[in-house]
Amino acid sequence: MPAPLLSLRGLTKTYGTVRANRGIDLDVAEGSIHAILGENGAGKSTLMKLIYGVETPDAGEVIWRGHHVALSSPAEARRQGIGMVFQHFSLFETLTVVENISLIVPGSKAELTARIRTLGQEYGLEVEPRAHVHALSVGERQRVEIIRCLMTDPKLLILDEPTSVLPPQSVQRLFQTLTRLRDRGVSILFISHKLEEIRSICDRATILRDGQVTGNIDPREHDAHDLARMMIGRDMPETRPAVAREPGELRLELAGLDHQPDDPFAQSLSGINLQLRAGEILGIAGVSGNGQGELSRLISGETTDPAASDQIRMMGQPVGHLNAAARRKLGFAFVPEERLGRGAVPEMSLADNTLLTAHRQGLVRRGMINRLREAAFTARCIADYDVRTPGPQAEAGALSGGNLQKFIVGREIMLAPRLLFVSQPTWGVDIGAASAIRRRLVDLRNDGVAVLIISEEIEELFEICDRIQVIREGRLSAALQVSQTRVEDIGRYMIGAEERAGV
Amino acid sequence: MNALTFVLAGMLAAAMPFLLAALGELLAERSGVMNLGIEGMMAVGAVIAFLSVHHFGTHTLGFLLAGLAGAALSLVFAWLALTLRANQVAAGLAIGILGQGLSALFGKSYESRTVAGLPKLSIPSLSEIPVVGGLFSQDAVVWLGLLATLTIWAALRFTKLGLVIRAVGENPSAARSLGYPVIAIRYSCVMFGGLMAGFAGAYAATVYTPLWADGMIAGRGWIALALVVFATWMTGRVFFGAVLFGAVSLAQLAAQAGGVNLNSQLLASLPYIVTILVLGVISSNRRLLKVNGVASLGKTYIP
Repeated sequence: MPAPLLSLRGLTKTYGTVRANRGIDLDVAEGSIHAILGENGAGKSTLMKLIYGVETPDAGEVIWRGHHVALSSPAEARRQGIGMVFQHFSLFETLTVVENISLIVPGSKAELTARIRTLGQEYGLEVEPRAHVHALSVGERQRVEIIRCLMTDPKLLILDEPTSVLPPQSVQRLFQTLTRLRDRGVSILFISHKLEEIRSICDRATILRDGQVTGNIDPREHDAHDLARMMIGRDMPETRPAVAREPGELRLELAGLDHQPDDPFAQSLSGINLQLRAGEILGIAGVSGNGQGELSRLISGETTDPAASDQIRMMGQPVGHLNAAARRKLGFAFVPEERLGRGAVPEMSLADNTLLTAHRQGLVRRGMINRLREAAFTARCIADYDVRTPGPQAEAGALSGGNLQKFIVGREIMLAPRLLFVSQPTWGVDIGAASAIRRRLVDLRNDGVAVLIISEEIEELFEICDRIQVIREGRLSAALQVSQTRVEDIGRYMIGAEERAGV
Repeated sequence: MNALTFVLAGMLAAAMPFLLAALGELLAERSGVMNLGIEGMMAVGAVIAFLSVHHFGTHTLGFLLAGLAGAALSLVFAWLALTLRANQVAAGLAIGILGQGLSALFGKSYESRTVAGLPKLSIPSLSEIPVVGGLFSQDAVVWLGLLATLTIWAALRFTKLGLVIRAVGENPSAARSLGYPVIAIRYSCVMFGGLMAGFAGAYAATVYTPLWADGMIAGRGWIALALVVFATWMTGRVFFGAVLFGAVSLAQLAAQAGGVNLNSQLLASLPYIVTILVLGVISSNRRLLKVNGVASLGKTYIP
C-alpha cells in the first residue's frame, strides 16, 4: 500500500477547558475522497483548522507526503498544496469576485475572469466574476470559495459542509466535480453530517465524537443507521409523523406582491402569491439567491412597503406598511437565517437576547426589566430546548451555531405565535438538534400554528411540510402537495425546467 | 481681477492642506485604522518645515523633514494602536494633542516670523487664457499633490497593493488567513498617513501662509478627517471635497472684499456648510457606502 498523502498522529488541541481534539489519528490516501463525519462540536472544524494551519496543535505530528511538517499558517499550508473551503466564508464583501480571487491567485484580471468562467462552466460553479460579493447569495459565495481553491491547484482540498447550501442537481454536479478532481490525483477531505452523501461519494470515512476518533470505515459497507450511531453514540431520533388535520383560517396571504429592492444587485420579486393557513407547514424551496432574502425581509417587516400594504396580509389584516414590531404584536414570530447579528446580539447574554423579542411576555413592567422573570424565561428556554450552555448569562456569541439556533427557535416558539416564520431552520445544525427543531415545528403545526419555512434542504422540507412552493428568479411557483410530489419534481422547478408547466 | 478669476486661481492651493492630509488618512482608514491625530501631525509638520525653511532656506528639505516628523509621530500612534492594541480613538486623540503641544513648544520663539513662499510654475499658453488661466499657474507642491491624488486613486483601484489594503480594512482575519501581514500593512498605511499630514502642515506653514503663528493649523486636520468620511472613502470625492472647500473659502473672502452685504460670520461658515451639504448628499447613497465603507474601521485587531 502506498504511503498516505497526509497522516496525523496523536493530534491534540485544547481551548481553555475544552479539549476539542484528543489524540486524533488520520490517514488520507492519495486520490481519495475521505469523509470526516461528526456532529457539530465533535471537533471537525478544529481538526480542519489544524490541518490548514489556522491553529497549531498542542501535541501530535503531521506527516505530509512522507515528511514531518509544521503547518504554521494557512499560507504555508497552501504552499504545500492544501486548500480549504470554509463553512463560514472568508471572502471580502466589498470586493468583486475576481478581486477576491486575485488576492491569492497571480494573473491579470482579464486572465482570471476568463479562468473563472471556464472553471465555472466545467464544474457547474457559474458565478459572475465582476459581481460584488456582498450582493451574492450564500450559495454563490460558496461557489466563489471553491473556484478560488481550485485555482491554486491543491493536492488536498478540504471542504467544510460543502453541500449544505446547494440544490440536489448542484450537489450531483459538485460530486462529479469532486470525482473528477480525485481522478486527477487530488485528495479531498469532505466534512459533513449528511450520511447519504458520504455513502454515495466517499471512499473512506473517519468518525469523530467529542474530539476523539470513534470509527474509521468504508462508508459504502455501512448503512446510514450505523453511521449515525457511531456519530451520535445512540440511535437516531425519529420524526413524529404529522397528524393529518383540516387547515384552519388564513394566517398569511401574499397576493400579487411585487417588490423592487433598493440594492441594485438584489433580486426583485414579482407576482408572489402565497396562502398559509393555521395548522399547516408551508415550505419555500429554491437555490439561494433567487429572492429568498428579499421575500423574508418583506414578510418579517424588516422591509416595509406602504404601497404594497394590502398585498401582505397577516391574520386577515393588511400589514405591508407595518414594521417588524407591529407585526409581532399581531402574533407573528420570526427566526432569521443569520443567527448572529439578526436573530441574536452576539455580545449580549442569552437573558438579554430573550428580552429582545419576549419583552411582551411579562418581562417588562412600567419600563423596568424584571430580571427574575427574564432569567426564569431564559432558563426555561434553555431547559426545554436542550441548549448546551453554562446558563442564561452566557454570551450568545459564545454558543455553537446549533445551540444558538435551538435557543432562538425556542425563544420564538415560547412567544406562542399564531404565525411562525423560520428561515433556514437547521442550517449548520447537527443531526440531533436538527431533528429536535423539526419535531418542535411539527408539534406547533399540530397545535394549530401556521408555520412558514424557507429552506434550501429539500429533504427537510419533504420531511415536515404539507405543501411546498419553489422560488426562482423572484417568482414563486404554485403550491405543490408534498404527498403527491417527488423530490426530483421540486428539483426541476428549482432549476427552471418546469417554468411553464407550474404556472 | 474679478471674483471668479480669483477663486479659480487660488482654490487648488487653498485645498492643498486638506487634500494632502485627507489622502494620507484615506489610505490609513482604508486599511482599517482611524487616526484622529492628523491635526497634531500636521502641526508638527508645520513647525518642522517652518524651522527648516527659516534656517536653511530650502523648501525641499523642509518638506522632507516635515514628512518624516509626521511619519514619526504616526509611528508612535501605530505602536499604541496596533502593537499595544490601545483604543484607536483614544490613542489618536492623545497623539494629536501631543503633536499640537510639540508644535507650540518648537515654534515659540518664531512667532510672527515669515519665510519666502514658493514660486508658481505655469503651463505656457494655457495659463494665459482669460479667467481660467490661473488654474494652470500653481506652485510645485500643488502639481505634485495632483499627481499624488491620481497615483493613490489608481493604486487603490487598479493595483494588487490597493486590493490588499482594502481587503485588510474590510476583514483582517480573512486577510491573515490568506497569508497577508495585516499589522505590517496597517503600520505602513498609518505611517503614509503621517507622512502626508506632515507635508500638509508644511504646505500650510511655508507655502500657503508662510508665516508662523501658534495653532496655525486651526482645525484643518479635523476637516481633512471629515472629508474622508463624507467622501465615502473614495479618492475622487476626497479631491472634489477638498477643492470645493478651498473654492468656497476663497469665494466668501472675495464676497467680503467685494462688500457683499451679509453677516461676515455667516460668510465665514459657508465653506463648512456647503461642503457638508454637498458631500452629505452624495454620500447618502446606501449602495456606495456598502461597497466603499471600511468594515473593520477603528476596531482593534487581535491576530
